Amino acid sequence: MSAAAAVAAPPVAIAAPSAWKRATRSGGLAIGLVLVVAMALIALLAPWISPYDPDAQDVIMKLEPPSAEHWFGTDAFGRDVLSRVIWGSRVSLFVGTVATLAGVLIGTIIGIISGYYGGIVDKLITAATDVLLSFPQLIMGLILVAVLGPTLFNLILAITITAVPAFIRVARGSTLAMKERDFIDACRALGFGDLRIMFLHVMPNIMDEVVVMGSLWLAAAIRTESTLAFIGLGVPPPTATWGGIIREGFDNLLDAPWLSVFPSLAILAVMIALNLVGDGLRDATDPRTPQ
Amino acid sequence: MSALAAVAVVESPSSEPAAIAVDGLTTSIRIAGNWYDAVRDVSFTVSRRETLALVGESGCGKSLTALSVMGLLPAGVGRISSGRIVVDGVDMTAATEAGRQAMRGDRIGMIFQEPMTSLNPVLPVGFQIAEALIEHRGMNRRAAQKRALELMELVRIPAAGQRLDAYPHQFSGGMRQRVMIAIALACSPKVLIADEPTTALDVTIQAQVLALLADLQAREGLAVLLITHNLGVVASVADRVMVMYGGDVVESGPVKAFFRRPTHPYSEALLAAMPRVDRPSEALAPIPGQVPTLPDMPSGCRYQSRCPLRIEKCAERPPLNPLPGAPEHRVRCWVRAP
Repeated sequence: MSAAAAVAAPPVAIAAPSAWKRATRSGGLAIGLVLVVAMALIALLAPWISPYDPDAQDVIMKLEPPSAEHWFGTDAFGRDVLSRVIWGSRVSLFVGTVATLAGVLIGTIIGIISGYYGGIVDKLITAATDVLLSFPQLIMGLILVAVLGPTLFNLILAITITAVPAFIRVARGSTLAMKERDFIDACRALGFGDLRIMFLHVMPNIMDEVVVMGSLWLAAAIRTESTLAFIGLGVPPPTATWGGIIREGFDNLLDAPWLSVFPSLAILAVMIALNLVGDGLRDATDPRTPQ
Repeated sequence: MSALAAVAVVESPSSEPAAIAVDGLTTSIRIAGNWYDAVRDVSFTVSRRETLALVGESGCGKSLTALSVMGLLPAGVGRISSGRIVVDGVDMTAATEAGRQAMRGDRIGMIFQEPMTSLNPVLPVGFQIAEALIEHRGMNRRAAQKRALELMELVRIPAAGQRLDAYPHQFSGGMRQRVMIAIALACSPKVLIADEPTTALDVTIQAQVLALLADLQAREGLAVLLITHNLGVVASVADRVMVMYGGDVVESGPVKAFFRRPTHPYSEALLAAMPRVDRPSEALAPIPGQVPTLPDMPSGCRYQSRCPLRIEKCAERPPLNPLPGAPEHRVRCWVRAP
């Protein structure tokens, strides 16, 4: 009786320091998350916080340097660069986020199926993945957008297609390791079907790696979108996109460097923020990280 | 014909129909493109409330026998070449894969050696216990969770209500093995296969888990197939014992008869290699050599390469003969049971 009471005494949660605590100890993840949330808010609230209409032209005020009225200056058409950067973040973040989410979803599902079933299915999927991965991400995106035409949907589609093989590979590798674990045998011994095992038992166990990869890929997707916009394969003008603003600024780079510098800084900030998040998440989920 | 006769003899004394009957099971595994018999012509039955222990050293075919019964042989590497496995009246060997899948976890439960790794680390234990009920009984989440709580109390997990949503890492080894037992018993199976259920546990916890298993067996009327290499565990919980070597059953019989008169030279050697507290301490006698790999397995008696009693006739496979005056105690040896 007393033995049972003694066993019952310790409360349920006697866990190691939580992943959140471990991750935020170094500060990188926290800073990155704050930055990412801030960017997301700016993009979402663009209609309310941008000081001017991003497309409103004002020929008298063209190529003005940064001032109290125009913090980031104005471009060759007299449009407010700050407003354009704020509105441009919508396109960049939207394309990057949607493409990455789609890539994660499709890639993870295919990767789990590939790793779980093995055999000929795995061989075919791996071969197709290797072919897709042999193209550099940018070349791949470039070819696809050039063929399909530069619309918002095609841009997302192209970046998704470049992301999918990377996630297939990560998910497949993790699934291969997970498949050998005893609890998967235990699931089979319980008569669970392949679908239940794959998506209820394998998937949650590999999501840590997929999420880490996803945050780093989000940065890559945004960069790809900006690069494509820079070389003229982004969402067509006059819609403001970061890559597009940089490109427009290029014509006046020597006279009005702020045109290109500010959107570049915005891209840089997003890259740093997402990489901080990715590294922080990796450290938080990796048990080998020194405490 | 002869296989059927063999089943009739091995059949347990109780009058109830067997919960599991294995008849002439031969399981082959593929090594370097060739198929070798890793389990040869194994027959046994286990009735409700009965425990049959399957004993032997690593690689003797005991786990493979269990996997054959579960229908979980690795595809392309293992297959059942002949024999019949009937569980609770259902012929597993004739069933489709879907049919076998419906049997697993419902009418046959299995517990594994490693409680530390046999639970999914990212799902709460309550859900893992409830899952088989959702899958096999079509229960909704809430009803299944309620039943999971009862099962946790059944396997005597203290403060079960608070632990329903806890994760496996918050449990000790013994508690996790209790969770595994609760999962295996969730659908009230007729047959429980316990593959080295206490090997990974401390001795004191081992005793608790074995006592729990015995208690649940009596309460639920389970037929237990206990796979172990621990003869101490066999002596304390099994009703009957079957010793395997190289895929052959070399000796089978009631536990008392077996320990009173271990007859096959391999059984003798196994017992001599076991330390005992009730005897003055002396050097343990190891069995020389090791189990030959399947491609190197001698034809005829498979133990002949390590057997001190080897005679010429051992080149021919001995039958599993009953001992004189003890029809249930059967030995596969030309010298000891000609």
